[in-house]
Amino acid sequence: MREAPFVAAKPQDTYLLAQRIREQALRMVTRAKASHVGSALSIADIMAVLYGRALRVDPDAPRHPERDRFILSKGHACVAVYAALAETRFIERASLETYGVNGSILMAHISHKVPGAEFSTGALGHGLPFGTGKALAGKRREASWRTVVLTSDGEWGEGSNWEAALFAAHHNLDNLICILDYNKLQSLKTVDETLRLEPLHSKFEAFGWAVREVDGHDHGALADALEGAPWEAGKPMMLIAHTIKGKGVSFMENKVEWHYRNPTPELLEVALAEIAGANSDA
Amino acid sequence: MRNAFIEELTALAATHDNIALIVGDLGYSVVEEFADRFPDRFINAGVAEQNMTGLAAGMASEGYHVFTYSIANFPTFRCAEQIRNDIDHHRLPVTVVAVGGGVAYGALGYSHHAVQDYALMRAMPHMIIAAPGDPLETRACLRWLVANPGPSYLRLGKAGEPRFHESMPDVAPGRWVPVRDGRDEAIMLSTGAALGAAIARAAGRAVWSLPLWSMAAKAEQSVQLARHERVTTLEDHLADGGFGSWLTEAVAGTPAAACIEPIALSPEICDMVADQATLNRIGGLTS
Repeated sequence: MREAPFVAAKPQDTYLLAQRIREQALRMVTRAKASHVGSALSIADIMAVLYGRALRVDPDAPRHPERDRFILSKGHACVAVYAALAETRFIERASLETYGVNGSILMAHISHKVPGAEFSTGALGHGLPFGTGKALAGKRREASWRTVVLTSDGEWGEGSNWEAALFAAHHNLDNLICILDYNKLQSLKTVDETLRLEPLHSKFEAFGWAVREVDGHDHGALADALEGAPWEAGKPMMLIAHTIKGKGVSFMENKVEWHYRNPTPELLEVALAEIAGANSDA
Repeated sequence: MRNAFIEELTALAATHDNIALIVGDLGYSVVEEFADRFPDRFINAGVAEQNMTGLAAGMASEGYHVFTYSIANFPTFRCAEQIRNDIDHHRLPVTVVAVGGGVAYGALGYSHHAVQDYALMRAMPHMIIAAPGDPLETRACLRWLVANPGPSYLRLGKAGEPRFHESMPDVAPGRWVPVRDGRDEAIMLSTGAALGAAIARAAGRAVWSLPLWSMAAKAEQSVQLARHERVTTLEDHLADGGFGSWLTEAVAGTPAAACIEPIALSPEICDMVADQATLNRIGGLTS
């Protein structure tokens, strides 16, 4: 049983946390006239479960040597991570206002200069190899922390991910969890129409991973999977999270255009009202 | 150079327990002793250079000084973005090691020639290039890199290069190392394994080597250049984006730029089948 020095501040109400992540993400993207809000909304629930309960991390010691390492490989969804870091006190809430502004540390792809962020990404297919290196280092040193990498679905077109998938299984990295944000929509069209990944579950099993599928918006299911790690001794874990791009804002859901567009102030108010309403219904 | 490298790395690994070596399924009859002595710090990543390099960055972020090792372009161009984003941007202690710099692999052909690697690596803001000219420079560079861990590129020849120094040279980024005495007004300055060619065509001129250089080290070049009237640079690399180009950029717009005469490989060798000596001769490096 490992020490859990970080649990004091947790667990949080993850549904409330997810709501705040969505609100902050929408506000940041609107203010900065930035892109990728659909990608951020897709992972808001995953981020809430990670930062609200599953990750062992401490805002007062963001570089704690025993912390779990979280790597966002789909760096374009960074507003969801920045919001989670702000809502869990790694960074000041007020600093979110500087997102994308000249001189800010909040780059519009995730930056390691932000306290709590392990690794800068933006080019796809980098998070899993890097996380695999961390997991290997942890194994070689018999450390108890885990590495969690969140990838998109489209980025599994990158060969580097498959190289890392081979390596992690070959080296029995059961301290590595990859969450695949499977919203099934990439930059122009659906994954199926672009570069087919199916059958994904059996593909990862064939690669030697332990594989589970969950509804990526069901906090209980996400938490069970993440907190139940390792699932199988000697196997890295692939959590296929079925999600909806733009989740929580009806006019953004499953719409490619919200990979690019930013809301007008009027649309922002509509979106915020929907998100607040959805949570009060829950 | 290859043997000096692995001997020195193995010796350093005995005193630095954070040194790890990752190979891209290469290094037969080179890496075995390291692998046997330090099994926990040796990894064969397989034929997968992008993952090898990202993996190295991940390990480096956890305190290792990782050396990735492969042939010519495989650990550089194949995974250029991992070097750029994962290693250099995060300023992580990973040393990319390429064996077979220049045209050392001769008739194996263009796929195995590293003649654009300086161009790639010197475009990285935090990268130190280590291009030793003989086995002693190889050891000196390696010691410097281990003492100053950061993003770095070690470019080796193959095996059996002659030794040009009598004792371990004192190396530091940007510092010219004296190799042969001679006339000082006009000198030869080489980097990497072109040192032998520089000595061969010196014709009474002093010969210097610059084994460690970087973007940041450009700043110190004007002072060293000012001591000579003519500096002929020599490199087993194409002229474009190479060492002579680097030195010229360092003093662009000043009179010192006019005294630099870069000699580099002609691109016609990229299409030829020939051994190293022949390619270097046809390429214009040797006569």
